[in-house]
Amino acid sequence: MIQFSNVSKRYANGYEALKDVSFQIGKAEMVFLTGHSGAGKSTLLKMIPLIERPSAGNITIDDKPLAQVKRRKVPALRRDIGIIFQDSKLLNDRTVYDNVALPLLVSGEHHPREVGRRVRAALDKVGLLQRENDFPVYLSGGERQRVGIARAVVNRPKVLIADEPTGNLDPILSREIMSLFEQFNQVGVTVLIASHDMELIGVMNKRIMALRNGRLLADERVRVGVA
Amino acid sequence: MSHNRNQKSSRSNVAGLKQRLRNYFAIHFHVLTTTLAQLGRSLGGNLMTTMVIGISLALPATLHVFLGKVDNLGASWQESAQVSLFLKASLPAQALSGLTTELNSWHEIGSLEYISPEQALAEFKQTSDLGDALALLDQNPLPGVILVSPALAYQTPAAVESLLQRLRQRSEVDLAQLDLEWLQRLHGLINLAERAALLLGGVLILAVLFVIGNTIRLAIQSRHDEIEVIKLIGGSDAFVRRPFLYNGMWFGLFGGLLAWLLVNVLLINLDEPVRRLAELYGSDFSLGLVDIKTTLLLLLLGPLLGLLGAWLATGRHLRAIEPA
Repeated sequence: MIQFSNVSKRYANGYEALKDVSFQIGKAEMVFLTGHSGAGKSTLLKMIPLIERPSAGNITIDDKPLAQVKRRKVPALRRDIGIIFQDSKLLNDRTVYDNVALPLLVSGEHHPREVGRRVRAALDKVGLLQRENDFPVYLSGGERQRVGIARAVVNRPKVLIADEPTGNLDPILSREIMSLFEQFNQVGVTVLIASHDMELIGVMNKRIMALRNGRLLADERVRVGVA
Repeated sequence: MSHNRNQKSSRSNVAGLKQRLRNYFAIHFHVLTTTLAQLGRSLGGNLMTTMVIGISLALPATLHVFLGKVDNLGASWQESAQVSLFLKASLPAQALSGLTTELNSWHEIGSLEYISPEQALAEFKQTSDLGDALALLDQNPLPGVILVSPALAYQTPAAVESLLQRLRQRSEVDLAQLDLEWLQRLHGLINLAERAALLLGGVLILAVLFVIGNTIRLAIQSRHDEIEVIKLIGGSDAFVRRPFLYNGMWFGLFGGLLAWLLVNVLLINLDEPVRRLAELYGSDFSLGLVDIKTTLLLLLLGPLLGLLGAWLATGRHLRAIEPA
């Protein structure tokens, strides 16, 4: 589903964030990406929805080379990828419902009055159906993150990527969030999560890729304490 | 579910297109209403912008309306234009009746009035102190005069002018005179003022464009994070731009409405003194309200300028915002 071949990223200031990274993630696979901060996790994730483009190497998503995606086609690419951020990036002047509905309106394929069913299904899945009329400022950190996840999955993307989705959460909430990702993975969504929380991801029994100084170190099923 | 999907794919493409169009317009309507609601929520600052736009549009609109009215007034005076034909002194009565019969057959001419030398003399005696002096003369020095009023369809300056030329060529006529030079000067002045209003309008329209552009630029800046998020979840440039374009359009529309209101207030306040002044000249001229054409112009030009200003601002500033 996601394939990186010899991908490097050098920024204008000369800093090399990724060096010769190659890996492959299969359909409906769930993979963790770990490493210290500054190891290149965020840079790697940003290349999938073309927030960044590689300086060298090739990336393909669903057998489609990203190098061929022109600027005008980037939005269409992003609609097929659900993105979750550490700070959830909700729009504070809109209700939970409106936040989750946004990707459906953005796609232009839905009538604004007819998105309700899908929005509520997504909110139901993250357990926040009761909060649809609340504004994000009245939600806890965990709830905000779950709204972010509902927004990422409402469009039923084939790929979910999450950058430190539990970075601001306590261990119990973090577990809840991870098991949510697991549920989406079980219905066939390819999931790639960047996290430095080895304790959390070690017990998930999934494939773990580790980055250090921009290079891919380990890429295997790793258990706690091994990487 | 699968039954449902089959049904969907078996439908014609036309239905799909119809659905997409329906969604497209629904989303536009959605943006239309949400931007209006947003405008209402921060009324204070937006009112200021609307005022600036309204006043900028009101100034040239006032000049336009005012000059239009004065121009109409000039035209109505033109309608009373008469050509005075001073006939040659020794014109035989037969030639005179021949001339009047012929002139009566000209379709440019609406009506004729003959004033004989005797009538003229009597009138002159009545209205002038020189009457007694005239009695000393052994002969009436005044010529016969025919007052020619052009027909209704021939009252334009050009038509009156050509009629005048034709009349001048008559051998019976000593002098043909159209005393409308002052009217032509008025026309000249109005033309000048109209040109000035047009130039001023152009400059002020530019100002409106920049005011709206700047307001939209600020709106873009203040919603930087939102734009970033929308781009991240796959919002196209058009989708991101749309609310700002509608925002600009609303500013323009409300500015245009305000301008219309301002001009009307101005006209209503000026109407009374203008009416009184016109009465002194024996005219029933009054300013009235903004005419329909100008109203439509304001209500169309406003939103159009808003759209254009917003377009200029979004083109430059939205592209600069990319998620990082």
